[in-house]
Parts: sequence; structure tokens; C-alpha cells
Amino acid sequence: MASALINVPKKAKRGDIIEIKTLMSHIMETGYRRTATGELVPRDIITSFTCRYNGVEVFRADLFPAIAANPFITFFTVATESGKFDFEWIGDRGFTETASAAISVE
Amino acid sequence: MSAVPIVTLRPAEATPAMLASAIRNVVGAATVQTGKVKIDVPPLVENGNTVPLTVTVASPMTENDYVKSIHVFNEKNPQPNVGNFYLGPRAGRAQISTRIRLADTQKIVAIARLSDGSFWSVSADVVVTLAACTEEVI
Repeated sequence: MASALINVPKKAKRGDIIEIKTLMSHIMETGYRRTATGELVPRDIITSFTCRYNGVEVFRADLFPAIAANPFITFFTVATESGKFDFEWIGDRGFTETASAAISVE
Repeated sequence: MSAVPIVTLRPAEATPAMLASAIRNVVGAATVQTGKVKIDVPPLVENGNTVPLTVTVASPMTENDYVKSIHVFNEKNPQPNVGNFYLGPRAGRAQISTRIRLADTQKIVAIARLSDGSFWSVSADVVVTLAACTEEVI
């Protein structure tokens, strides 16, 4: 079903600013579309995305229906220490997905 | 390709008044200055369903002077909010990218909240030839 694509550099020098790219497959149904018979299709979106670096939140986003399907979000962070990035997506209808990526910092 | 959309049922558009009130909800009574923020978005898009958007804020991103959050709004989608992005001094660079939906040719507004409590904004105009949101589900 849902799946994540994460792009985090495997290695970085301490103090480097690294770019993190994330994509979560999700329909992001806006709740404003109607079927051919005129019924409103209920909203089904991801509402929140969080990135933690060794347990500390470094980036968070609130998403709205105006975010395109399969939300793609990129941002930056400073490579401070080796460890793990944890990503979490939360959405309507109890949607919740996580992913993680390791980084080694020299 | 989907069929040519024949739009018979249009959702209510976010009006400039809704845009203004959505911005008020974020900035409160503070004044919003123009500058520091840059929006990268194609000026003309064929398909409003997925429009690449990058927002960059000029900031040194140090412990004492950094961007707290970036808020993106639109003028004419059914809802004025696009996304709120929360950064911190650890971001290193105040830049975010995503892909958005645009229901019509319209204005996009990005507002940055800095660590000193000031707000900075910029707007960009996008011409959309095929709108998002309004097509029927097949």
C-alpha cells in the first residue's frame, strides 16, 4: 500500500548542510471532488509530516488538500552526528506511516 | 490522459478575504514586511495538479537568528492554506520544496516567521491552463 521514498546522504562531514528528500505515496483526496453522480468524495489526506534526527525534531510540516498527490517534501538540516533519521506521516482515516534512514558523520 | 474536463460543479473558491484571514490566523496582529522570502514556481503551468514550489528565506540560520516557520497560502483554491513548514536553527538553510495543487490562475503567498518575531512575505503569480481539484472522479 503506502510506501515511502527517502533520500538522505549516507555520509557527511560534521557541520555539512545536507538536503533530505521525501516522498510518500498517497492519493491526497481533497474532499472537493465529486463523482459523476454528484456525490462529494470524502477528504483523505496526510495532515502532518515530521522528521526527527536521533530523536530530536528537526523539521515538521502541516499539509492541506492543496499539496499534490504523493506528497514530496524536501528540506535541509545540519549533519551533527552519526545516527538515524526517523520520518513520520500522519493523515485522515487513521493513516500513519514511518520510515528511517541512517547517516554516518565524520 | 483524462477526458477534457467539463466543469459543471465548482467548489467555492477561497476569496482574497479568506486568504487575508488565513494569513491573520498565522501572523496575528504583527505587521508583515515584504522581502527576504523568495518563491520559485513556474509562471505558467499546464497542469495544476502538480506544481513544483520552492520557498527560500534569506537567513543566516544561526542559534540567534533563524527562520521558525514558512507558511504558504493561495488565493483561489477551495481552501487558502497550502502548507506550514516548521524549521529551526538546525536546518542550516531556510529552504523547502514541495509540489502543490492550483485550482486556477492565481497568486501564491509565502510568509516566513523569524526567530525575532518578525514576519516577511512575498507573492508570486501563476497562470494555470488545466486546473486541479475541479475535475470529476472517473
